[in-house]
Amino acid sequence: MFPILQAEFLAPGIKRFVIAAPRISRKQQPGQFVILRLHEHGERIPLTIESSDPRRGTISIVVQSVGKTTHLLNSLDAGDAILNVVGPLGKPSAIKKFGTVVVVGGGVGAAMAYPTAVALKQAGNRVISIIGARNKGLVILERELLQVSDALTITTDDGSYGRKGLVIDQLRDLIANGMHIDLVLAVGPIPMMKAVADITRGPHISTVVSLNPIMIDGTGMCGGCRVLVDGKSRFACVDGPEFDAQMVDFGVLQQRNAMYRSAEQTSMAEFQRNPMSQIESVRHAEDTACATEGDLR
Amino acid sequence: MSAPVKSQNPLTLKERVKLPRQHMPEQMAELRVLNFGEVNLGYSAELAQMEARRCLECAKHTCMDHCPVGVKVRDFVRLIVAGDFTGAATVIREDNVLPAVTGRVCPQEDHCEAGCVLHRRGESLGIGYLERFVADYELRMGTYHATKAVPTGMKVAIVGSGPSGLSAAGDLVQRGHKVHVFEALHELGGVLVYGIPEFRLPKHIIRQQIDYMRAMGVEFEADVVVGRTITIDEMIEEEGYDAVFVATGAGLPLFMNIPGEHLNGVYSANEFLTRINLMHAYEFPKYDQPIVDLRGKDVAVIGGGNTALDAIRSARRLGARKAYVIYRRSEAEMPGRAEEVKHARQEGIEFQLLTSPVEFLSDEKGGLRAARCVRMELGEPDASGRRRPVPIPGSEFELPLSVAVLAIGTSANPVVQSTTPGLQIDKRGYIAADSVTQRTSQKGVFAGGDIVTGSATVILAMGAGRRAAKSIHEYLVTGNW
Repeated sequence: MFPILQAEFLAPGIKRFVIAAPRISRKQQPGQFVILRLHEHGERIPLTIESSDPRRGTISIVVQSVGKTTHLLNSLDAGDAILNVVGPLGKPSAIKKFGTVVVVGGGVGAAMAYPTAVALKQAGNRVISIIGARNKGLVILERELLQVSDALTITTDDGSYGRKGLVIDQLRDLIANGMHIDLVLAVGPIPMMKAVADITRGPHISTVVSLNPIMIDGTGMCGGCRVLVDGKSRFACVDGPEFDAQMVDFGVLQQRNAMYRSAEQTSMAEFQRNPMSQIESVRHAEDTACATEGDLR
Repeated sequence: MSAPVKSQNPLTLKERVKLPRQHMPEQMAELRVLNFGEVNLGYSAELAQMEARRCLECAKHTCMDHCPVGVKVRDFVRLIVAGDFTGAATVIREDNVLPAVTGRVCPQEDHCEAGCVLHRRGESLGIGYLERFVADYELRMGTYHATKAVPTGMKVAIVGSGPSGLSAAGDLVQRGHKVHVFEALHELGGVLVYGIPEFRLPKHIIRQQIDYMRAMGVEFEADVVVGRTITIDEMIEEEGYDAVFVATGAGLPLFMNIPGEHLNGVYSANEFLTRINLMHAYEFPKYDQPIVDLRGKDVAVIGGGNTALDAIRSARRLGARKAYVIYRRSEAEMPGRAEEVKHARQEGIEFQLLTSPVEFLSDEKGGLRAARCVRMELGEPDASGRRRPVPIPGSEFELPLSVAVLAIGTSANPVVQSTTPGLQIDKRGYIAADSVTQRTSQKGVFAGGDIVTGSATVILAMGAGRRAAKSIHEYLVTGNW
């Protein structure tokens, strides 16, 4: 069991958890993720590690409520526990001095890009950050990103905060205004990452995207997370999750991520029929797990 | 070690030879395709004793010589004849910590039963069935009592809780070493849990066998990916392990590199089986992890091994209308166990032999619609000694399919090797280890099972685990490398 030490909503439906996971905290590097499972009937889902504190033995993750598992997770609080957390998985981000790096985070992607932005800044890069959200209330990690960025632009779809429009509008303008960019890191929804790749293709700007395909074991065993990169099947869990944006077939990624949509809707509908009983059963998971351990001894 | 066992068989050798092999009772095919319950139901005590009396009790026990872990077959069979089933279990346990597992999934026809003298005269003794009976008796009656060895003060880390790791753990803990097993997944058992379906090896059997190992003193830690969560070097330098046994198993699933492999509905067998076995997708939505709805769909598995058969028989149970095995060679070359092929046929699985897909075809939504296949003929033998399949020009045809499962093998998982600089690997990426001592190029580190040999069987992995345990014990006692 992995106890939740802190839990706070950063925005409606987006929550940050600090979890006791000493082994993972000692090894985590930017760009890596964990896979977690909430209860004995639960699915395994991958989530990027936002930060870690090896001295406290903790990691933090930022979770957006999308399907059943994330809704269930976001109903947990400090004092609850997560049944299984495994990691850190995936290859760490490549960190060195590139020069000027533009970090693009769409929605909760801002939290995924954050640890890499920190490391890039520490490596001596000029970090230009662009984060976007649907509206002001959904903007996350503004303060944190401001600390590690030489410039930060916020965009909102409705113009309620920062620039009205999309993160790619700002990126397009930077390029049009002649900014020299050595690297773009884009993390967010698939259409956003695809749009970034389309924009940087012409000017030949190196661009890295962090992919989030459906994944099960996360150790290279099942091949469920395979993505088409440069015409070849690659496994996001061991070969990624970061890939050269120009080589990624986003259409295939989008199509594969939609594979279980109807099952996901069934799961969500079942959950919403009686959410409290399921939330309670996850909450009490720690007690029963302890009892079983005791029985074995 | 147990004392020599005397024969109590009332039959003459002539009478024994005349007895037919006792059939394994099994769930009717028409019923079992509707559930995930076990196919083989196990011998009763009467059946087991009838079968055991067929043993010729040869002075030269070629059955035992053919067993990768060296189970004393003649001795345990004699104890079944004598009615001492608990004694029989004790004899098996001296060499095999997972008898309820191997009694179900070991390809006995290639090992002990191939060495059985009766085999030359007709049907070999049902050694696997007898082993299963004894192991199930022990589980049912709760007769197992763990004995703890005198502690040596030495600590051994085992990487992977599959058959090789468990086998080594059992031998090492019985020699008094402190044994800690690391597992990457949330459940213990490795391929026994994620790879082999419930209808061949029920999960509760694995759990009970692992509980026995806990009682012996073995410690288990799940959710640790060695190479990521902790490295081998850190285990030795920071956590004080005196030796490490790497048994991480088979690795990344191979794909065919033909067009259309990324279509929705094309799975690797590892993913397909992991969803079903480890994640219980067949109980969706009671369990959260889904699998595509196979009801009324046409499904094929590509490959002819046990994994392929497990996958297609699972698909049948999930409601597939047509269920095909597509294999590029003929039935004679199929690596799957004879019993599994027989069971698959009984369950209405169709075999498209001497056939191989060349392309997966898409429907308008990016889902699989059909496989374009080509017929093959067998040419000259290849490096494996099997006749090489050669495509027949102009024989291409379309097979309508909604789901295709690739079960064509695996390649080495690089996670441990790439994070352990001292480990030498072979040209295919597997860990280089001595085939007798299981020693690697790094002092104190041993390796065995599929991560050394590539995909093999449960019992061969267990054999490697036993050799490693023996060799680790010698190293710990003598300090010689």
